[in-house]
Amino acid sequence: MSDDILFEIKDLEVSYGSIAAIKGISLQVRKGEIVTILGANGAGKTTTMRTISRLLKAKSGSIRFKGHELTSLPAHKIVKLGISHSPEGRRVFGILTVEENLLLGAFTRSKVDRNTLDWVYELFPRLKERKKQLAGTLSGGEQQMLAIGRALMCNPEMLLLDEPSLGIAPILVKAIFQQIKEISRKGVTVLLVEQNAKAALKLADRGYVLDVGKIALAGTSEELLASPKVQEAYLGKKH
Amino acid sequence: MDIFLQQLANGLTIGSMFALVALGYTMVYGVMRLINFAHGDMVAASAFVGLTIYTQVMGQATSLPAVIAIFLLSAVCMACIGIILERVAYRPLREAPRLSAVVSALGASLVIQNGIMLIWGPRMRIFPELVPQVYWDFGGVVISLIQVIILVLSLVLMVALYLFVEKTRIGAAIRASSIDQDAARLMGINVNRIIALIFIIGSSLGAVGGLFIGLYYRGITFNMGWQYGLYAFVAAIIGGIGNIPGAMLGGMLLGLFNAFIAGYVSSTWADAFTFILLIVILIVRPTGILGERVAEKV
Ligand SMILES: Nc1ncnc2c1ncn2[C@@H]1O[C@H](COP(=O)(O)OP(=O)(O)O)[C@@H](O)[C@H]1O
Ligand SMILES: [Mg+2]
Repeated sequence: MSDDILFEIKDLEVSYGSIAAIKGISLQVRKGEIVTILGANGAGKTTTMRTISRLLKAKSGSIRFKGHELTSLPAHKIVKLGISHSPEGRRVFGILTVEENLLLGAFTRSKVDRNTLDWVYELFPRLKERKKQLAGTLSGGEQQMLAIGRALMCNPEMLLLDEPSLGIAPILVKAIFQQIKEISRKGVTVLLVEQNAKAALKLADRGYVLDVGKIALAGTSEELLASPKVQEAYLGKKH
Repeated sequence: MDIFLQQLANGLTIGSMFALVALGYTMVYGVMRLINFAHGDMVAASAFVGLTIYTQVMGQATSLPAVIAIFLLSAVCMACIGIILERVAYRPLREAPRLSAVVSALGASLVIQNGIMLIWGPRMRIFPELVPQVYWDFGGVVISLIQVIILVLSLVLMVALYLFVEKTRIGAAIRASSIDQDAARLMGINVNRIIALIFIIGSSLGAVGGLFIGLYYRGITFNMGWQYGLYAFVAAIIGGIGNIPGAMLGGMLLGLFNAFIAGYVSSTWADAFTFILLIVILIVRPTGILGERVAEKV
């Protein structure tokens, strides 16, 4: 069981100054899984993702990926190990073109892999249509596609997605989630942070519910969907 | 008409020096949101370093290979000092409040200025005549070989820098780092390396600018970095600080403006008019001529 664990967080604590944001969480992701982290605004989801990518420093605990301890590495090395992060709010380079954004995603590669670029364009044909356009002129949904596509350009083993549905028209959310499934089918392990619990649990194999810096619940997507707590807090159903 | 053409030639010459120095301010600001006040003093230091390389290393040779060597060695020296400056004065303060970095920059400026004074003395030194005094007279408009060299070499360096930043992967990484450092890190870009590279490029271009100042004005003083640095800084702001073509444009415009004021009004008024120009541009376009990003960032 434990030998196919690709990624593991153990007793992680993160604080902003003296304020604790993550208060000792542990979770695992197996190779090929889609795992989701759910939680209300301010639960600590983004903090967790940023700590994995080493944009933030962990206060204590460990984050391991394929036998490497990530907490002591600089951010750029983590990308090289095979973890790519599509951040909250998309963070595309607005004054660069769509294609320049994608090519920057392949910065760690000695050269850009044409096949990967073709694959990204196949996943999100809109990006191909708009490849010469400045990223800042894209709609929110298109920027999200770009952020995900850009994160795929380094051929990651694990993809971190922080709220890909945030501020995006429902129809595009559906399209994007379908493509996340497709990305997963191609063998990329996915760690997906969402507030949109319904969409995320439909997609994911398993999930964790984060509540003010602690894991409140964990289980398979079916278990979480059936849990009264999740239904009440995140799916808007009353019991 | 003669005055016009003469001042055009002079303006392009000093404008290209301003532009070379302005690039150092603008590139550092672009990535770090920091005004490197020590940059002007680095430019001044370069003229003295060039002087010493000429007398001590090159044995006062003025052959073409010797002159090229003086330029290259000075640029390498200043690039190394630039890296040290970033490590010592700025890197420890990356996460600190902005004011700390500003104070550190002012401190670094004083340290370098006093360093020059300690090593080379407080009196004006004469920069060597590395380029023969050749002049061409086009019916009253006099252009010197030095002016031609300054203009051509500056343009070559600026075009090279532009192509590097726009067309290469490292250039794209520089642009990405100046737009969003965290997003750049997520691309696997080592932002510390990019910042070091920015200091290398800025300091080397500044070094060339410093040698040009020596060649053109001949007299060099330990505190001249303040004056030239201020002009170049104004040029960077006029063009839109953080914007690389903006610094080139701003430098050229400021040089021309200065030369025309000197030619048509009086050279004693050039400084005052320069700051009036700066104020007018900042009122009309607060982000400078080509700068749009600044407002959205801060
Ligand atoms: N840069 C910051 N400085 C201080 N506190 C922060 C910062 N970013 C987030 N926080 C706090 O950390 C907690 C977790 O935030 P975050 O990880 O963004 O939550 P989520 O992504 O689940 O909405 C919140 O209480 C938030 O206010
Ligand atoms: Mg968040």
